[in-house]
Parts: sequence; structure tokens; C-alpha cells
Amino acid sequence: MKIKDIQDEIVDEFSMFDDWMQRYEYIIELGKNLPLIKEEFKVDENLIKGCQSKVWLQGEQNDDKIIFTADSDAILTKGIIAILIRVFSNQTPKDIIDADMSFIDEIGLKEHLSPTRANGLVSMIKNIKMYALAFNVKN
Amino acid sequence: MLDIQKIRADFPILNQKVNGKPLVYFDNGATSQKPQVVIDAISKYYQEINANIHRGVHTLSQLATDAYEIARGKVQNHINAKHAHEVLFTSGTTFGINLVANGFAAILKPGDEVVVSHLEHHSNIVPWQMLCEKTGANLKVIPMNENGELIMAEYDKLLSDKTKIVAVNHISNALGTINPIKYMIDKAHVVGAAILIDGAQSVPHLKPDVQALDCDFYAFSGHKMCGPTGTGILYGKEVWLNKLPPYQGGGEMIKEVTFEKTTYAELPHKFEAGTPHIEGGIVLGTAIDYMNEVGFENIQQQELELLAYATQKLSEIEGLRIYGNSKNKTSVISFNIEGIHPYDIGSIIDKLGIAVRTGHHCAQPIMNFFGIPGTIRASFSFYNTKEEIDALVEAVKKAQMMLS
Repeated sequence: MKIKDIQDEIVDEFSMFDDWMQRYEYIIELGKNLPLIKEEFKVDENLIKGCQSKVWLQGEQNDDKIIFTADSDAILTKGIIAILIRVFSNQTPKDIIDADMSFIDEIGLKEHLSPTRANGLVSMIKNIKMYALAFNVKN
Repeated sequence: MLDIQKIRADFPILNQKVNGKPLVYFDNGATSQKPQVVIDAISKYYQEINANIHRGVHTLSQLATDAYEIARGKVQNHINAKHAHEVLFTSGTTFGINLVANGFAAILKPGDEVVVSHLEHHSNIVPWQMLCEKTGANLKVIPMNENGELIMAEYDKLLSDKTKIVAVNHISNALGTINPIKYMIDKAHVVGAAILIDGAQSVPHLKPDVQALDCDFYAFSGHKMCGPTGTGILYGKEVWLNKLPPYQGGGEMIKEVTFEKTTYAELPHKFEAGTPHIEGGIVLGTAIDYMNEVGFENIQQQELELLAYATQKLSEIEGLRIYGNSKNKTSVISFNIEGIHPYDIGSIIDKLGIAVRTGHHCAQPIMNFFGIPGTIRASFSFYNTKEEIDALVEAVKKAQMMLS
């Protein structure tokens, strides 16, 4: 699936919710269902800066795609990174670099996009795009 | 007894909704809200007397200078300093501590010792570490116990003729513990060490008497005691302020400047280089007047009632642990819920209109002591109510339900 199609799918899912509580409950569920990251990747080098909770993000190349795995010690943060992984994992570096992020606004998480938010959503996106840039250069 | 509704009417910001819910402001440890008299005094200054101070011969400059010096006098009375020139205007507690730490670089020798405590805010750790790096002095740390209290027997052991300065907070920002500073000041003086008290968290709750305490330095911020941000005070004993070199060079702090040599101004101007936060200093005086009108006995009574009520109500939540259980503590409750990250709780109760602080509270050594990433900190002020605590308890329960 293309990035844009996945984003539309997520926007669709979130449109069913009437209020923030339902949205948060869904994010918590996504966090709980995020597949485990390999223990060897939960190292300080993979920590994303700018988060009040710990977030580990690891990107690996698989043919021409990047596979992302992640974890966090806070469940809301874990849910948010689960959404990002669903959008960006198994995509090509070029598609990741070019991806538009306005769907975050559409699913009611705009407030999390502020660079001063302690959850580090902006840093997560930046790190994902950095992986893509690095793999793009390598290829 | 305080008429809380009357008091709350003094604080326009409290009367609003956040995320559709009535605001419950429990982040007073970070900064307090401002009463209308303080807000009005800020605009009155700019509307009526704004001018640079200590310089002009014109009327406005004189009015502004007088107002600024009157404010200094108010602070002097408030903390019972012997002289007005022992009261330095700063930008906040951090600046005051850095001023002293920087000054001690001229005094310390390799092998000398600086004593801080495990309960300190980073701003009362890092400047001393920097000082030790610069001078070859060693940093010693007073340990704490499980209740979040400093262990005085260990403090006694740390002190020696090598100790040159002790830096400790009056009240811990992360846990609310009130430290036995009178004892600590006297003990430091026995070995001939100076002592600085970080009063950032105490001045919103009590009136320090620097002469009775006999501390050498007492630093605090204006914004935590109903004053404007960017204001603060460093009290220093005259003898120490004369001994320390100036912190910043510039206008205002000089007596005479030639390219060969500059002589410094008298106290307090020696430490007040440049144009200060004039309006802030003046309005800090207004804030102090306001707090004295409310009355510190009333403030303490209301806050202790809130603390007792919140401690009891929060303790009823299953899996909730309070960090900092000293009998001597102020209206701060730092807590966690088993198995849940403080960030998650903070994010959800924010949606319910409740403002608390989550994280390490700039006191990572304390978090490391307890082996936790951070806590949720609810810090109460005299304008808070029991109904607001009920709202906090309900919100925490709701967050717990959503998250487990």
C-alpha cells in the first residue's frame, strides 16, 4: 500500500470517534498492539531526543524498503509511534522523504505536532525521515 | 480563615475553561498565577513612569528609580535583611546561584569542598559542578532517605575545614520536603563554610527571616510568588558581597572606567550591570505586598489543609504511591501509579482541564534514587480548593481506567 492510502485509511478509522477520549483509547490500544522491538535495538543510540518518555526507534533496510520497529515506556507515545510505523514501515526511502504529514491534523492530533510538545512526535517524524535520507544516500 | 472565592476572584486566569473543562491549576511549583493588582501594576508602570533608572536627571527617570528602590526596600523588609544593599535584583533563582558560584571561583583552591544535597534542583547542582571543574574543588552530596529527607548525621560527617560552601534548598521542588536549614546553617558556620539557601520553592509559602536564619546567601524567584517572570532576588550578607567579584561587567556597575583600570560601584550596583528588569522589580514589590495582605499564616493554613486532604484522597487510589513523605513538607504531592508512565497520566488529565507537571522536575538524581523516570507533581497554592482536588482525583482515576 502507498503511504497516502495508509494515511487515508487511518483518517477513516479516526473519523468514527466523537471525542478525544475515544481517540486516546484507540491510540492506547494501538500502543498495546505494537509488535515488540528486538531487545538488542533498545539501546541508548536508538533513543529519540526530545521526549518526556523514552522512545527507541530502529530502521532496517529490506531490499529497497525500510522496516521500522519501535518501543516506548509510555503507552500514548507508543500508540503514536505505532501509527507512524504503520504509515512508514515497508516503504521506499524516497516515498518516506516525500510524504506529506497533514493526516496528523486530520486525526485530531494536531496539538502533538507542536515542536515544543514533550512527546516528541516531531522528533519521531524527523528521525524516520533521517533514516530514509541515510538509506537513500547509501543506495 | 481565607475567603477562597474572594481570593480566586483576584486571579482572572483561574476563571476559564481548558479543553472544555474548568481549569484546575496545580502547577504552582513551576510558576504561580498573578493577581489583578500585579497585572495592573505592570501596565501602570509602562503607562506612567517608564524610564531608565539611576541615570537620568529628568523626572520620569527619578520616579522610576524611586519606585525600583522602594521595591528593594519592600524585599528587604519582607526577608528582614539588615541592609537594602544586601538585596540584589536578579532574573531569578538560577541567576542568583550562578552569581555566587561564579564568585567562589576566586576563592576556592584545589582540594576544597562544596557540599550540595541529593534533593537539589539541577540549578543548584550544575553551577557548583562547573565551579568545581574550574577550581579543582570536590563536590560532596548529602544523601537522602526513603521519605525524601536529608540525613543530617551524614551531613555532619561531610563537613570539615575543607568545606568552603554549602548549597541546599529550603524546600525541595520535586518532593516538597522542608529541609532543616537553621540546623544546616549553624553547622556550616561551625566549620567556617558559607551557606547558600535556594529559596525558590519556599517564598511562595513562607516568609524567610535571613537574619534569624543567619544564612550567607538566600536566592529566590519572583514568578513563583505571584510576581512577574524574569524577576528574582539574591540576598547576600554585606561582608560576602563585598568579598565576591562582580559577575557581569557593564553599565551601572562601575564607579570609574578608563582603559587602564575600572573601579566598581558600591553594593548593590556592583552586581547589577546593565539596564535591569525595572518593571519586574517594581511589580515584585506589588506581589510581595499582595501576599502579605493575604497573610502567610492564612496561606500556610489553607495549603496545609489542601495537602492533608489531597494526600488522603489520592492515597485511596489503588496502586498510587506518593514520593516524599516527610512530616515536614509543603503543599506538593509527587506521585505515580503502578505500571503507568507519568507522561500518560499527565496527558490524559490535561484533557480533563487539570494542569500538573510530569517528568523529572529538573531533579534527575531524586528520580534515580527512586528508580523511576519521573512523577506526576501536583503543587497547590492558597487559591486552590478541595473541589479542585476532587476533580484531580476523579481525573486520575479516569486516566488509570483508560490506561490499564
